[in-house]
Amino acid sequence: MDKMPKWADVILTPVISLVLAMAISAIVILAIGESPWMALKTMVDGALGSSYGWGFTLYYTTNFIFTGLAVAVAYHASLFNIGGEGQAMMGGLGVALVLLYLPLPHWVLALPFAMIGAAMFGAAWALIPAWLQAKRGSHIVITTIMFNFIAAALLNYVLVNILRPVGSMDPASARFPEATHLPTLSDLALVLGVEWGKNTPVNVTFFVALIACVLVWALIWRTRLGYEIRAFGRSEPAAMYAGISPVRITVIAMLVSGALAGLMAINNVMGESERLLLNAVEGAGFIGIAVALMGRNHPFGVVLAALLFGFLYQGGGELALWTSIPRELIIVIQALVILFTGALDNMVRMPLERLFLALSNKRKDA
Amino acid sequence: MTGGSENVGGRSHETAPYAIELRGISKSFGSVQANKNIDLQVPRGSIHGIIGENGAGKSTLMSILYGFYKPDRGEILVNGQKLTISDSQTAIRAGIGMVFQHFKLVQNFTVLENIILGAEDGALLRPSLAKARGVLRDLAKEYQLNVEPDELIEELSVGHQQRVEILKALYRHADILILDEPTGVLTPAEADHLFRILEGLKAEGKTIILITHKLREIMDITDNVSVMRRGEMVASVKTAETSPEELAELMVGRKVLLSVDKAVAQPGKPILQVQDLRLVDDEGVERLRGISFEIRAGEILGIAGVSGNGQTQLLELLGGYPEKGSTVGGTIRMNGEELDLTGTRSDAATRRKRGIGHVPEDRQVEGLIMDFAAWENVAFGYHHAPEFNRGMLMDNGAIRTDADAKMERFDVRPRNSNLAARNFSGGNQQKIVVAREIERNPDLLLIGQPTRGVDIGAIEFIHKRIVELRDAGKAVLLVSVELEEILSLSDRIAVMFDGRIMGERLPGETTTGELGLLMAGITDTQNHSAEEGIPPETQHVDRLPGGEA
Amino acid sequence: MDFDTIIQILDSAVRLMTPLLLACLAGLYSERSGVFDIGLEGKMLMAAFTAAAVAYATGNPWLGLLAGIAGSTALSLIHGLASITFMGNQLISGVAINFLASGMTVLLGQKIFGLGGRTPSLTEGGRFGEITLPFADTIREVPFIGPIYAELLSGHTALVYVAFACVPLTWWILSRTRFGLRLRAVGENPASVDTAGVSVTRLRFAAVAICGVLCGLAGAYLATGLSAGFVKEMTAGRGFIALAALIFAKWRPWSALFATFLFGLLEAIANRYPNLDLGVVTIPSMFMNALPYILTVIILAGFVGRAIPPRAGGEPYVKER
Repeated sequence: MDKMPKWADVILTPVISLVLAMAISAIVILAIGESPWMALKTMVDGALGSSYGWGFTLYYTTNFIFTGLAVAVAYHASLFNIGGEGQAMMGGLGVALVLLYLPLPHWVLALPFAMIGAAMFGAAWALIPAWLQAKRGSHIVITTIMFNFIAAALLNYVLVNILRPVGSMDPASARFPEATHLPTLSDLALVLGVEWGKNTPVNVTFFVALIACVLVWALIWRTRLGYEIRAFGRSEPAAMYAGISPVRITVIAMLVSGALAGLMAINNVMGESERLLLNAVEGAGFIGIAVALMGRNHPFGVVLAALLFGFLYQGGGELALWTSIPRELIIVIQALVILFTGALDNMVRMPLERLFLALSNKRKDA
Repeated sequence: MTGGSENVGGRSHETAPYAIELRGISKSFGSVQANKNIDLQVPRGSIHGIIGENGAGKSTLMSILYGFYKPDRGEILVNGQKLTISDSQTAIRAGIGMVFQHFKLVQNFTVLENIILGAEDGALLRPSLAKARGVLRDLAKEYQLNVEPDELIEELSVGHQQRVEILKALYRHADILILDEPTGVLTPAEADHLFRILEGLKAEGKTIILITHKLREIMDITDNVSVMRRGEMVASVKTAETSPEELAELMVGRKVLLSVDKAVAQPGKPILQVQDLRLVDDEGVERLRGISFEIRAGEILGIAGVSGNGQTQLLELLGGYPEKGSTVGGTIRMNGEELDLTGTRSDAATRRKRGIGHVPEDRQVEGLIMDFAAWENVAFGYHHAPEFNRGMLMDNGAIRTDADAKMERFDVRPRNSNLAARNFSGGNQQKIVVAREIERNPDLLLIGQPTRGVDIGAIEFIHKRIVELRDAGKAVLLVSVELEEILSLSDRIAVMFDGRIMGERLPGETTTGELGLLMAGITDTQNHSAEEGIPPETQHVDRLPGGEA
Repeated sequence: MDFDTIIQILDSAVRLMTPLLLACLAGLYSERSGVFDIGLEGKMLMAAFTAAAVAYATGNPWLGLLAGIAGSTALSLIHGLASITFMGNQLISGVAINFLASGMTVLLGQKIFGLGGRTPSLTEGGRFGEITLPFADTIREVPFIGPIYAELLSGHTALVYVAFACVPLTWWILSRTRFGLRLRAVGENPASVDTAGVSVTRLRFAAVAICGVLCGLAGAYLATGLSAGFVKEMTAGRGFIALAALIFAKWRPWSALFATFLFGLLEAIANRYPNLDLGVVTIPSMFMNALPYILTVIILAGFVGRAIPPRAGGEPYVKER
């Protein structure tokens, strides 16, 4: 029989891991001479206390949904895609090329084209590691790490030597045409006559991200491809036996993963900065790892975890603004979440399993 | 014997009658009790067999003796002295050596390095290696244990790797040698050589515990035998005073009725025709060396052989998933049509479309996704079937309905298709796989080790279904290492050895003795071996099957 | 390009390769024991910070070095706890450690020094001084050999010589000692070690601890040898280049020396010639910076000799019958 009920596995263990991570973070805050309670209050006020805070929180959430989904999809195929960062960078390049070189008259038209550009560039950047893993057995974790650095160098080169407007010193592209400006949620709210989230970057991409979640859910649990991805992820020999091609699944899963990471660029490049910057991704690709782990690789879990990290990011910014706690606290929290929900999973799980086993034995005896 | 400097505890009591004595050993894993109140006495200088079905608790018991597990209750006496064996180091010091079923060797180390590992004399390797070389030379002379000390393990045959394991134990001054299913990977010739080695060791006063589920080995070589069943020690007898029949009955707890009621086969048109099938794996080892046979409708062809002689590769190749990196040749015809051996149309999915069902040898690794629910597993491999899909999406409702019906018909328990496959017992897991494959009504069923690790009740059920499929005019290719199973189910028997078919026999006209010789690669010359097209050089070989890991 | 320039570039390559070499050997111990480590970057970063902080506070680079080793080893032990004791995913643990170091160094730095995550610049006393080899000044004027000895071989900090000495030492330990034999065995087939009565856990922890110590040396060199103090994210991907070098070297010590020298040289060239003009083409520095990663991918792809990692690498050891 299962060692513990499903709800304990899906909800209890991540929650306990999160509590542990938060407890240690609180100790860290205490250690640097600040009050964890005040820190939390500042974060909640700053991130959730106003529509302004929510506007930023949801903007970050959107980024993390994409990168979290990217990690989750690959994880179902038993592939650890640590290259979301590079794939998101390349997605940005795709968006920039589409918006700078295609004459698109309106955002409604620009959005799908930019999405295609973002997804294709992101997927292409995942393709080589995927192919090398499938055909040559090159460890995908190492190759995707390497591709993050190669992407950074490539982007640097393209921005400095090709996309940089004449006379500009910034390693950044020109502004995208005004017509391609994505409506922000505050724009949309104004249409409805509500003032909400003025001057915040959250935009229609948020809805694209939510749609992506539903689509990923359907892909993984309702399609033959998803079935094959999950089967391959659990057992490669069984997949071979069932006529599922490991090469095909590895490549497709990574293409989908890379495309999702690339799609993040719709939010940060097209929606927010409206030009391609060198450091546009800002580590969101890595946060995707924490988000996917926290969300147990389920799209709805990913939304919740992304929201949590969106809150942490916005709240962390507020912390840096109002207290002497640097925003790097968020990186520490992120590390602890990855550590507890990912690497130290057994530390939480084993005592819980023992507890549930004892409980069920007691019930049997009674 | 020469050798190491490390001293060994508990060996001064040369007068103690028993090398090993266990009193009331119990061990549970979670809610499963693997050993229940076990008593065992192994006289010094004897060969003691421990026999029992898969899962009877033999390996657990021996792992306790070697310090891998701590018993929940009970005590262990080694040479009359009570001993708490908390780790392997303690067991080694007490003079216990263990040869595991899966060897514990470092593949890219030399024989010598493997032998000294963990028993080095000092911080530097050079002196230890030199000493081990000398000891090895003496041991080789004493017990016919020849191995090249500087050879890498990965270059050695399975039989030789096993010798290294035995040498490892002897180098550590083992007085008591435990061998866990040592012949599973050996040819009969290699097994005989092993038995000669064991007898030599016994003559030197060493005590040997042999764990096996093969009655013949017990009868041939042991002095005493203990029988385990479902975690309990049910009997300990002198081998000379018992019979295979009695032991078999003790093992399973009731009379074994392995004969299957079946009518005489009515073979129809050829379903599967295999011609000169060849396969070289990615390490360049020839696994199949020109296999030819044919199976007709309404016929069961049984393939007998020691495991590791190409049966697995044959099943995988027919099933459409030869090991990555292998090269294949020859032809396979299904209902007269030639099948692709390479390219995208050579995969398992295409084979299923051609009417080939497959119950794989290892249900837990290949046949099932252990984390998937039973209903998901019932569609496994057939998830493209139109009735399981609705447009772009899978029709989970239809799959559940189908799974529930199949579980009903095959009496899978518990009758809950939402449970993950890993929560079913071995027999019920196998029923799920068999139900999935047989109920698709394939023209040809490939079935490997259909009853490995399956309880008696399920064995009878599965055998009956196989015969029913045959009687419905389908072809069956049965691969099993259990000779009895082959004899009772097959309409024809082909024996595989070293990637070849050594001969075909009719079950009514052969004996286990004759099949045993064929399994060892020995074809008697006066018989009609010419029709099998066996090259002459294989007629008197007892060569090893290639280096199986 | 004249002789002096070549010497200068090589000299710079030696300085730049030193942290790579130390981190690469660190990874070698860990990975040969079967514990994958993508957290070299984080450990180096933590060591750089603790070394710089203590060197600044005490004015003694050797105390800084000890602190660096302590900081890095602490993270190693977390990695060991996660991947050995709790049988967790080694890659995820490595990722977590990188972030932990990246966040903690700034957090602590800001708390202690209030400089936005930097430490104050180290004065001469807080840094490792350059060691002038005997007769360096006398031979300097001898053509050819003189500059090589005086400029290239002489005049480095102690840690550079330590790093180079670690190469033969590591080779000797791995191939000639009991510890080395067991270490290699536990990375190839831990069951062989376990059944021989040797503790897999203890061996792997030892390897992970050595990894921590060497990463500590690497980080301390960065902050108190190569630079004068700690700056936020100062490792700048060096831990990953060391990882790349480890794969490039196929987990072998002498090859590690070669690989890290190559990568150090690439960095030195990129630093000196932001746009390397080869006449036909101009190679941008970004390409030179990315070259180690590109080369590693090519090696991993197996087009130029296959890099086969230790067989049990990445897998926690679970006892089985």
